[in-house]
Amino acid sequence: MTNTKQLCTFQLANQSFAVDALTVQELIRLQPMTRVPMAHESVRGLINLRGQIVTAIDLRTRLGLEKLAEDRQPMNVVVRSDEGAVSLLVDQIGDVIEVEDGCFEAPPDTLNGSAREFIRGAYKLADRLLLLLDCELAVQVSNDTSKSN
Amino acid sequence: MSNDDAELLQEFAVESQEHLADIENQLLTLESQGENMDVALVNTVFRAIHSIKGAAGFMGLDTLGGLAHRAEEVLGLLRSKDLRPTSLVINTLLRAADRLKELIDEVENSNGQDVASHIEALEKILSGDLSDDSPSVVPAVAAAPVQAPTPASETTPSTPAESTIATSIVDEPTVAADVATESQTSQREFLIECFDNLEQIERDLLLLEKTPASETIINALFRSVHSIKGASGYLGFKKLEQIAHAAESLMSGVRDQLFPFDAQISEALLGSLDVQRKILHAIEATNSEGQEDHQFTIDFLGAILSVKVPKSPAPVKNTKAPKAETKKAAVVPPQSAVVPAVSAAPAQPTAPAKTPSPSNSTDPANDPKKADPKQAAGEASAADSTIRVDVSLLDKLMTRVGELVLARNQILQFNSTIEDAGLQNAVQRLNLITSELQEGVMKTRMQPIGNVWTKFPRLVRDLAAMCEKQCRIEMEGKETELDKTIIEAIKDPLTHLVRNTVDHGIEKPEVRQQVGKPIEGCLTLRAYHEGGQVIIEIVDDGGGLNFERIKSKAIEKGLIGAEEAARMLDREVGNLIFLPGFSTAEKVSSVSGRGVGMDVVRTNIEKIGGTVDLQSQTGKGTTIKIKIPLTLAIVPALIITADGDRYAIPQVNLLELVRLEDQAHKPSIEWIHGAPVYRLRGQLLPLVSLREQLGLQGSGLTGHEECLNIVVLKADDRQFGLIVDRINDSEEIVVKPLGKQFKNVPVYSGTTIMGDGRVALILDVMGLAHSAKVISGSKGRAAAESSEHAANPSDTRQSLLILSAGDDRRFALPLSQVTRLEKLAIKSIEHSRNGEVVQYRGEIMPLTRLSNMMGIGSSCLDSDTLDVVVYTQDDRSMGLVVEQILDIVESEVSNSSSIVIHEHVTDLLDLSAMAGSVQSSY
Repeated sequence: MTNTKQLCTFQLANQSFAVDALTVQELIRLQPMTRVPMAHESVRGLINLRGQIVTAIDLRTRLGLEKLAEDRQPMNVVVRSDEGAVSLLVDQIGDVIEVEDGCFEAPPDTLNGSAREFIRGAYKLADRLLLLLDCELAVQVSNDTSKSN
Repeated sequence: MSNDDAELLQEFAVESQEHLADIENQLLTLESQGENMDVALVNTVFRAIHSIKGAAGFMGLDTLGGLAHRAEEVLGLLRSKDLRPTSLVINTLLRAADRLKELIDEVENSNGQDVASHIEALEKILSGDLSDDSPSVVPAVAAAPVQAPTPASETTPSTPAESTIATSIVDEPTVAADVATESQTSQREFLIECFDNLEQIERDLLLLEKTPASETIINALFRSVHSIKGASGYLGFKKLEQIAHAAESLMSGVRDQLFPFDAQISEALLGSLDVQRKILHAIEATNSEGQEDHQFTIDFLGAILSVKVPKSPAPVKNTKAPKAETKKAAVVPPQSAVVPAVSAAPAQPTAPAKTPSPSNSTDPANDPKKADPKQAAGEASAADSTIRVDVSLLDKLMTRVGELVLARNQILQFNSTIEDAGLQNAVQRLNLITSELQEGVMKTRMQPIGNVWTKFPRLVRDLAAMCEKQCRIEMEGKETELDKTIIEAIKDPLTHLVRNTVDHGIEKPEVRQQVGKPIEGCLTLRAYHEGGQVIIEIVDDGGGLNFERIKSKAIEKGLIGAEEAARMLDREVGNLIFLPGFSTAEKVSSVSGRGVGMDVVRTNIEKIGGTVDLQSQTGKGTTIKIKIPLTLAIVPALIITADGDRYAIPQVNLLELVRLEDQAHKPSIEWIHGAPVYRLRGQLLPLVSLREQLGLQGSGLTGHEECLNIVVLKADDRQFGLIVDRINDSEEIVVKPLGKQFKNVPVYSGTTIMGDGRVALILDVMGLAHSAKVISGSKGRAAAESSEHAANPSDTRQSLLILSAGDDRRFALPLSQVTRLEKLAIKSIEHSRNGEVVQYRGEIMPLTRLSNMMGIGSSCLDSDTLDVVVYTQDDRSMGLVVEQILDIVESEVSNSSSIVIHEHVTDLLDLSAMAGSVQSSY
C-alpha cells in the first residue's frame, strides 16, 4: 500500500511544478504590489492580503529562469511558511492532483544551477514530470548574497 | 483526565506566580515598617501563600505544599505579633518565595526537589531561634541582614505601597475591625474571585447532576469551595467562611466516596451558594457581611452530612479539611470558634433534611433588594467588571481594527467624490465609531508601568546590601499606562539603569555622611505622560558624574579630540557614556560614573522609537530621562513619495521640512568634495537623496533641480536632510512587521497599509543614516561640529522673516529666534496693568505692537485677527504684533542694521533689545 498526497500544481516556463497542497493558503490573481527597493532581486513586492502583508516572490527569478513576457500576468500562490505567508508568482495555476509516493524520484545529479537547491525531485506522471518545489527553501530570500551596502 | 490535569497544573502555576509576584514587595514593606507593620499586609501575604499551599496540597505537589506550609506558619507568627519582621525573617521568607517560584516554574518536576535548607531555616525561626548564625542554611541571606536598612527606614517617609494602604484605611473608617485594615483592592479582588468561584461551583454542580461520578468535576468543585473558605477566612468574613466550610465538608465526603452525590446534596449546595452570594453582595455594598444569621444554612449542610455518614463527620474530612483546620486553629485564634459550631451541627436532629431550605425561599425576596441600589446606579458588580483575555486574541482584534481603519479611510475618500447627504451621515458615523473602537482596543493592550517596577525594590535592596550601601527606592506614577509590547521592551534597559544607579550612582554611607547627605541614598522612578509620549525618569541623589574623568577617558579612547572636549558642555559630556566602547573603559577603571553597557540601553530604547537623555550634577546626583512612545502599533508618520512610491517616516525622527524653490536661478545647495550640503540656519546639513539610497531611477543630485523637498531628520545626535520627490501628508499609520525576507535590508523598519489599500514601507531613519554614512565611527564629531558653527554665526546666510508694520517699511527677524507664527483673534486680547496681553498656551503672553515701537501710527486693522510673531525671551513667550508677515528669505547677514532684500531696504530687528524694553515694564 503506497501513500498518496495532494499537490497543488502550477506552470512555470512550460514546466510543471508542484507544492504540497496543505501548505497553500490560497490562490489569487495578480494584486497591486509595492516594490521594495534594495531587497533581494526575486522579491517583486508586498501585497496587502486583507490586512496581512505578504511578500511576493517571483519564482522565475528565484529559479534563474527568464522573466515572464510583459503581456502575461502572473498568478499568486500564497503559501504558509516559517517566514510567514509568502506569495509565489507563477505563470499559470494547474489542478490539485493526487500522487503516489512511489512515483517520486530525486533530481538527477546533472541538474544544476540555482534551481537545484529548490527542487526536491520529480513525480513521474504518465504524461509529464511534475517537479516538487521546496517551499521553505524557496521563500528563504534574504539579502546577504545580492547587493548590499 | 490527564489533559485536565495538565490544564489544572498550568492554571495553578499562573495563579501562583501572580500571587508570588506581589509577595516580594509586600515583604519588603513589612520589613521597613518594623514593629509597626501593617497587619492587613501580613494578611495579604498570608493569604497568597495559603492559596498556594492549598492548591499545591490538593494537586499532590507535596514539596511545594510543604515549603508553603512552613512559610505560612512563619507568617502566622508575624500575624499574631509573636514575631517581628526582622531582616532575618524577611530574608528567609524572600528566599522561600524565590524557591517557590522556581518550583512552580517547573511544576511537573517539583516533587523531587530539595527544599530542606529553606524548610530548616523557616523551622528555625518557628522554634524561636532568631540568631543569624546559619550561613550554611541560607548563605546569601546571612550577609544581607547586616546591612539591611531596618533602623534607617523607620525614620524615612513611607513608601508608596504603604501610603496607598494608609489612604484606604482613611477611606473607610466605619468598617468592621477586621476588614478595616484590609485594602480596598484586595477586597475587590476577593469579591471578583468569589463571584467567579460561585459561578463555577454552580456550573459544576449542574454538570455533576448529569454525571454524578465525574471525579474531575468533584475535584474542581471542592477546590472552588475551598478557595472561598480560605479567602474569606483570612479576610475575616466569618459567616461566609462558616458556610463555605460546611459546604466543603459535605463535598469532601463526596470526593472521598463516602456517599454518592445526589439531588439532595446538590440542592443544599446550590442553596448555600445563594446565601454566599447574598453575603458577598452585602460586603460589596457595605463592607460587612450584614446582620442576617445564616446558622440555618450551616446546620442544614451539616445535617445532610450527618445523615449521609451517621457515625461522625470527623473521619470524613480526612485529607484536606483537617490540615486546613489545625493550621487555622494555630494561627487564627478567632476562627477556632467556627469549628465547634460546625461539629455541633450533626448533633442536632435531621429534621430539616426534607423541608425546603428557608434560606432558599427568602433569597429571591432579599437578594434583589440588596443588589438593586448598585445596579440602579449603573455600577456593575465587581465580578462582572473584569475578565481575563488571551493576548493573542487582543492582537487579532487589533489587526482587524487596523483593517477597519483602512476600510474607513477608503470610504472617506469615496465619500468626498459623491454628493449624498444620507451617505455622508453614515460615513461620518462610521468614521467616529471606528476611531472610538480603535482607541478602545488600544486601551485593552495598555498596562501600568508598575508591572515592570515591582521587581525593583527587591533588586535595589539586594544590590545595596551587596555593595554595602544604603538605598531606598521611591516610585511615582506607577499607574502610567503603556502598550504591552513597549513594557516588554523597556524592562531590560530599565533594570540595567536601576542596577547601574545603585552600583555606581549612590555613594557609600561614609562618603555620603562626609558630604552631609542622608546616609540612605534615594532612587526615584517617575513616569508620566507628556505630549503623547511617556517619560520615565530615573533620579538619584548620588555622586553624579565626574565630567573631567569622562572627558579624559573619552580622549584616551579616541572618541573625541582634546579640543572638542574643552568645548563640550557638561550635558554633552554626560551623554558620552552612551557611546559604544566607552562603557567598558569605565568599568575596567571602576571610576565613579556609570557605564556598563549603556550603549546597549540606548540602542534598545531607540529601537522602540524612544530617546535617552542624561543630566548630572557632580556631587548632587543624576537624572536619566527616557522618552518612549505610548504604543508601537500606531504611530504618527510623514508620508513622502520617491519615484512614484510612498514611504512613511516616523514623526519621532522628524525635525522639520524645508522646501527650496527656484533652484535653477539661485542654487542653495553647496558641495563639499562631491557631498551635497545645505546651510540650515547657518549650520551645514548633509543631504542624502532617498532615490540614491534606495537605488531608484534618477538618483543622484545634479544641482539642477527646479525645487527640492528636504526632510530634516535626526539620527542619534546627528541631523541630515533627506531629499524626497514629494511630501504628501502626515498620517497615523498602523505599523506591521516586515517579513523575514528583508532582515538584511537596513533601511526599512516595517510596513503599513495606506488608505487606498496599498502597502507602504516605513523608513528606518537610523538605518538610512548608517547606510548613507551620515553616522560614522566618530560620533563625537557631530557635537563638535555643531558647536563650532554655533560659535560664529555671523557672516553666514540666515533665514529671515520679513514683516511689515503698517507703512512701507520692512523689517526682518532671524527665523531662528522665532518660536511660532500665530494668528490671534482680536477678541482674545486682554488688558493688564502694563498693556496688552493674551492667554497663550497656559501662560500670559505680553504683546508688543511693532507699529507702536517704530513710531508708526497705530494701524487700524479691519480683520478680526492679528498676525503675531511668538518668540521666547528668558523662558517666557513674547508676542510681537505685526501688520503682515510677508516672506521668509535667505540672505547674507552682515553686522549692519539694515540690509537689502528683494530690492527693499529692510531693517533688522534686535529682539533682545526690544524684549528688554518690554520686560522692564513688567
